[in-house]
Amino acid sequence: MKGVVTSISGATVCVDLRGLQLYDRVYVGHARLSGEVVHLEKQRTTVQVFEDTHGLSVGEPAEGTRAPLTVALGPGLLGGIYDGLQRSLPGLQEQSGAFIRTTRPLPSIDLEKRWEFIPSKRVGDAIVKGEVYGSVREGHLAHPLYATLTGELVKVAAGDVCLAEPLLTLKGGEQQYGWQDWPVRRPRSGGQKRPAERPLITGQRCIDFLFPLLKGGVAIIPGGFGTGKTVLEQTIAKFADTDVVVYVGCGERGNEMAGLLSEFRELQDADGRPLLERTIIVANTSNMPVAARESSIFTAVTMAEYYRDMGYDVLFLADSLSRWAEALREISSSLEEIPGEEGYPTYLGSRLASFIERAGVVETASGKSGSLSMILAVSPPGADFSEPVTQACLRSAGAFYLLDTSLAHSRHFPAINWTQSYSLFAERGSAFFRQQVAESWPQLQRRCREILQQEEALREVVEVVGMEGLQDRDRLLMHAAERVRRDFLCQNSFSADAYATPQQTLERISAIVERYDQALQQLDAGTLLSEILKGQDDAAG
Amino acid sequence: MRLAEHCYRSISSIRGPLVFVEKVFAARIGETVTLRAPDGTLLEGEVLKIDGQEVLVQVFGETSGLDLEKTSVTFHDAVKRAPLSRDCLGRIFNGAFEPLDGLPMFIPQRWEAVSGAPINPVAREYPREMIETGFSAIDGLNTLIKGQKLPIFSCAGLPAQQLVARILAQARLSGEGEFIVVFVALGLSYHEFSFFEQTLQQMPSRFVAFFNLAGEPVVERLLAPRLGLTVAEDLAFNHQMDVLVIVSDMTNYCDALREISTSREELPGRRGYPGYMYSDLASLYERAGRLRDRPGSVTMLPVLTMPEDDITHPIPDLTGYITEGQIVLSREMQQKGLFPPIDVLPCLSRLMQHGIGEGQTRGDHRQLANLLYQRYAKGRELRKLAAVVGEEGLLEEDQQILAFADRFEQRFVHQGEERRDIYASLDLGIELLKEFGMELS
Repeated sequence: MKGVVTSISGATVCVDLRGLQLYDRVYVGHARLSGEVVHLEKQRTTVQVFEDTHGLSVGEPAEGTRAPLTVALGPGLLGGIYDGLQRSLPGLQEQSGAFIRTTRPLPSIDLEKRWEFIPSKRVGDAIVKGEVYGSVREGHLAHPLYATLTGELVKVAAGDVCLAEPLLTLKGGEQQYGWQDWPVRRPRSGGQKRPAERPLITGQRCIDFLFPLLKGGVAIIPGGFGTGKTVLEQTIAKFADTDVVVYVGCGERGNEMAGLLSEFRELQDADGRPLLERTIIVANTSNMPVAARESSIFTAVTMAEYYRDMGYDVLFLADSLSRWAEALREISSSLEEIPGEEGYPTYLGSRLASFIERAGVVETASGKSGSLSMILAVSPPGADFSEPVTQACLRSAGAFYLLDTSLAHSRHFPAINWTQSYSLFAERGSAFFRQQVAESWPQLQRRCREILQQEEALREVVEVVGMEGLQDRDRLLMHAAERVRRDFLCQNSFSADAYATPQQTLERISAIVERYDQALQQLDAGTLLSEILKGQDDAAG
Repeated sequence: MRLAEHCYRSISSIRGPLVFVEKVFAARIGETVTLRAPDGTLLEGEVLKIDGQEVLVQVFGETSGLDLEKTSVTFHDAVKRAPLSRDCLGRIFNGAFEPLDGLPMFIPQRWEAVSGAPINPVAREYPREMIETGFSAIDGLNTLIKGQKLPIFSCAGLPAQQLVARILAQARLSGEGEFIVVFVALGLSYHEFSFFEQTLQQMPSRFVAFFNLAGEPVVERLLAPRLGLTVAEDLAFNHQMDVLVIVSDMTNYCDALREISTSREELPGRRGYPGYMYSDLASLYERAGRLRDRPGSVTMLPVLTMPEDDITHPIPDLTGYITEGQIVLSREMQQKGLFPPIDVLPCLSRLMQHGIGEGQTRGDHRQLANLLYQRYAKGRELRKLAAVVGEEGLLEEDQQILAFADRFEQRFVHQGEERRDIYASLDLGIELLKEFGMELS
């Protein structure tokens, strides 16, 4: 379908195409900039363009595709680095150098790459849509291939194949390829949803011990600038015990992405493979086009769902959802929609909720259980948590890790505020750890919380009377609380301590609590406070 | 497609810096235009919006003197570009790239679009080498790294300009390479302008300067930083230089953005600033960086004034979300007579972790910086406590820390006219710790 551009304002372009559907993909201009339909009127169609429109002129051609924005799903996504439209960034670099300029279309997955295909069907067998017909080995994972067609097989490929060739031929001539397109805004429905049960081990003591997250659950990390959202997200991306990690840098810093990339190339997982091989990175930095930033989280989550549907545990990390919401706001305001709270469109909440709903545990057709967990960073303006994006996230998320500016200023990292954060998964999580790690887990958890709470209360007293004015028992508690904060909750992401197994976590907290109990006994037995404290510090090293 | 200039005399309305032109054939977004006023004055502009044959042009320069009947508008069929050449070194220009130093314009080797193109994240090299500013509070505790963007948050009345002038004059590269400063001044008073002009004349290292004075057109305030950055990118990536871009004051830039946005009748966001301010600021700040397998770097040091000293105001807030840390000046430190009046606590340099230590600065740098920071933070906390309970209510060791905090401000942060290299800063830190019996383990 062909037409012309009739008006342009920034990235919002009107074309005279008729008969398109909402969210259909449209190419505009001689440079074939891609965009999608956001408004339909009788007289004109409004297109949000994903690329820089500088130099575009009215009267240039426009072409409608009658298909929405899609991503390519198939073997070879792992290790990929994409922009918000699933264009390969290394591919773009080959094409246009170090700076991103308007380009020719790029395939998202390498169709020429050779794979070892092991079919599980033979000629004469019937396949049904959604059924597994074979698999290839992708890095550390077996990558099952699901049929998108139904019928009887007349030809089956095997062994050395590439994705450009059909793998199966059906009676009637239909051909089954090893990859498929999927509309990014439509959730994949890989099977029956199930409640989340197993914990996702992040290796962060504060999270795993006090506010555990379950596989299939959603956590949000709101924090003002400089509170360490990105470092926390990246640390979790490195160590989380999932099969696949999808990391979206949504409207964030270029240098940070460069750091992440170089680290992921060098760092290895437990099996000695580069971390990048289990990771998909979507990078749409803050200076890349806004509309592509809006689509980036959908592009990424669709790829995450693809691996979940194979029965794998997938962790989706986004940094930051606020930038996505701001992109939504920019687009909404350029379309002259009526603004809601703080200028965000009124559909912010519903769109966010339906996005977050894409997380969860799924039982696949073959009986395997796959999960998609999300950890979403939020950057509230002025660190004010009452703003619309944080509030909208809170309504859907199960865990809330509030990053505290004052903790960050005292270099307490991760700066998770232990009084205001919460996890709705805490009970299930600690039941699991009690079974798997130690009987004493929930009890120690309670003690730890108590110590921190009492310290909070005592601090107010100290502010009035000073430390000297406290009773000995209280000073012991303050001392223990400081140990909990400094030696347990703090965790340096740039050291060997960046990751702690649940067993190590338990040992560390029980040592602190034990020493505190001993000190209390000594005090009761009449030992001087100064001697106890000295002994404690010596024991702690 | 047309490849020629078109001239029109069909302006339908003029509103502040915005001009609507009718019956234009195939204008392009971002295309540059020239307006000729009835008295012969030439003004430049840029196409912002096209609706059929009606075009909205944003004019750089003062629109008084334009009329509807006689003013002609020429469309150039090209986007706004900056002239580039090594010969721009040592020169001073205004916000429209016209020489202010009385010398003739240089002959450009090439032209490049001022809006720039985003660096592909996979083509970026992670920044790892420090730039020495000569200030202990920055070099020692919040190290500036080549390729970083590190803003200075100031308050009205604090000597931010003096600090900038000192950094202009005394910044050094730790390694080898040609070091250049691009200085972009936005909305300066004449007083400040002459101050900087003098500073530049005495500068040992080479520079390029763009000055937009307070009385000059608002739209040029949006243009000048882009000119500066385009020049910086050219010098860095085509001439292998390490370029430090100093932009002062970004608050004037943001106010100009708000002014233009309002006259375009866009929906205002927080405090009247447009909703796209984050993306707009990012399109400037994100141009800092380094490229893999290529020498040269662009480092940015934007200066901004926090309105009402409020760090949660949209300008510092959005800036902080884009940049890699911040240097914060405080009124309290100024009142104590410290120069630079840096409040170390809210400062941060995100890229410091990988740019210091053995092989870069010195092996003990990281540990020393952490310890100094921790002790000082504790001291500041105790200072609050002491205000309530009195120093006698504190434990003896806490009194020590309190004394350390005072000493740290007076000796380490404060340095007046002195320039300290990184080793002097580190040695001073160790000396201070020793004085109070705190040692590096």
